[in-house]
Amino acid sequence: MPELVNLEVFRYSPEHTPEPRFQKFQVPYNKEWVVLDALNYIKDRTDGSLSFRWSCRMGICGSCGVLINGEPKLSCATFLPSKSSKPIRIEPLRHFPVIRDLIVHIGDFMTKLKKVKPWIIRTNESPLSEGEFLQTPDEMERYHQFSHCINCMLCYAACPIYGLDPLFAGPAAIALAQRYNNDSRDQGAARRMPILSSHDGIWACTFVGECTQVCPKHVDPAAAIQQYKLTAALHSLKSVIAPRGAA
Amino acid sequence: MTSHSGYTLHHPQWLRRRVSTWWWLSRWRYFKFILREITSVFVAAAVVLLLLYVAALRRGPDALIAFQSWLSRPPILAASAVVFFFTLIHSITWFNLAPKAMKVRLGNIPVPPALIAAGHYFAWLVISLALAWIILTGG
Repeated sequence: MPELVNLEVFRYSPEHTPEPRFQKFQVPYNKEWVVLDALNYIKDRTDGSLSFRWSCRMGICGSCGVLINGEPKLSCATFLPSKSSKPIRIEPLRHFPVIRDLIVHIGDFMTKLKKVKPWIIRTNESPLSEGEFLQTPDEMERYHQFSHCINCMLCYAACPIYGLDPLFAGPAAIALAQRYNNDSRDQGAARRMPILSSHDGIWACTFVGECTQVCPKHVDPAAAIQQYKLTAALHSLKSVIAPRGAA
Repeated sequence: MTSHSGYTLHHPQWLRRRVSTWWWLSRWRYFKFILREITSVFVAAAVVLLLLYVAALRRGPDALIAFQSWLSRPPILAASAVVFFFTLIHSITWFNLAPKAMKVRLGNIPVPPALIAAGHYFAWLVISLALAWIILTGG
């Protein structure tokens, strides 16, 4: 008799029942299996109507984020526990509207991400004949950590501020803005500042720090936000002391 | 399909879940964050005490002696000890978080977070010792 693992999976199918519910499943235990394998087993063998997102299976695409026993995690990077007496509870990411089962609507995040302009902005374009923009390892080190973000939105699911104030730009968007602000090739920091230093930007963050705790790529969005608070505060101070210099 | 009240073709009804008022009790880390934030109230209380002290000083020696005798009453002493304790916790958590906000570089070498925190503690110690020296020796 193979060892079995009990799962409680969040189900929401508004076309059938308007209220969400938890459905119990059993899957065989396999020490190489992650939670995503268990979900795929259920979909293939038990209930084909179970809906969830996934793509790469290796922690790169950031599409399989769910709550596992209340913790935001990538289902492809969380192994099934063996001999678990308590069932593993799998829910959709917190703070996002649920479309169906484990699938959430990510439109709000996508809108906010675009607002912070997460791309290299140049105010003076150089001709191609001048060659590529050279960057030293030291210059790259200044933004490298923030460039690891995979937009998995686990940080939004962990952030109580985003849950309470949906207008908050959120950890990943701000970390990605900082990734470009710190890039020696970028000249767009001034254009990002009105968005980042607004009430719904960095100042909405009260430094709970959960975004950093749950980040599967060790991006540390909390640090990005606090560092930008210092930048914005110094900029405000400069604009008072030397209005022309800060502009 | 469109006859069902909960489903509109091409636009399913989203489930929006509200954040509980008691969200901060759901995880130990959230609870620790709230505890950290609450210590700000005690910092504010310490500032109010200091302002009252300055106000008494401004009113003259009699007012100052009256205020000092009020401060030495057991319930006020106990309250001051509580305020001091939470102000201490607030300062420690503040200094421990400082390296997150500060990316200090000496030339091209980034200063390690532990060293940034240590710098804060050192400055705190120096200022505290200087204040203690002024108070105890009369400047």
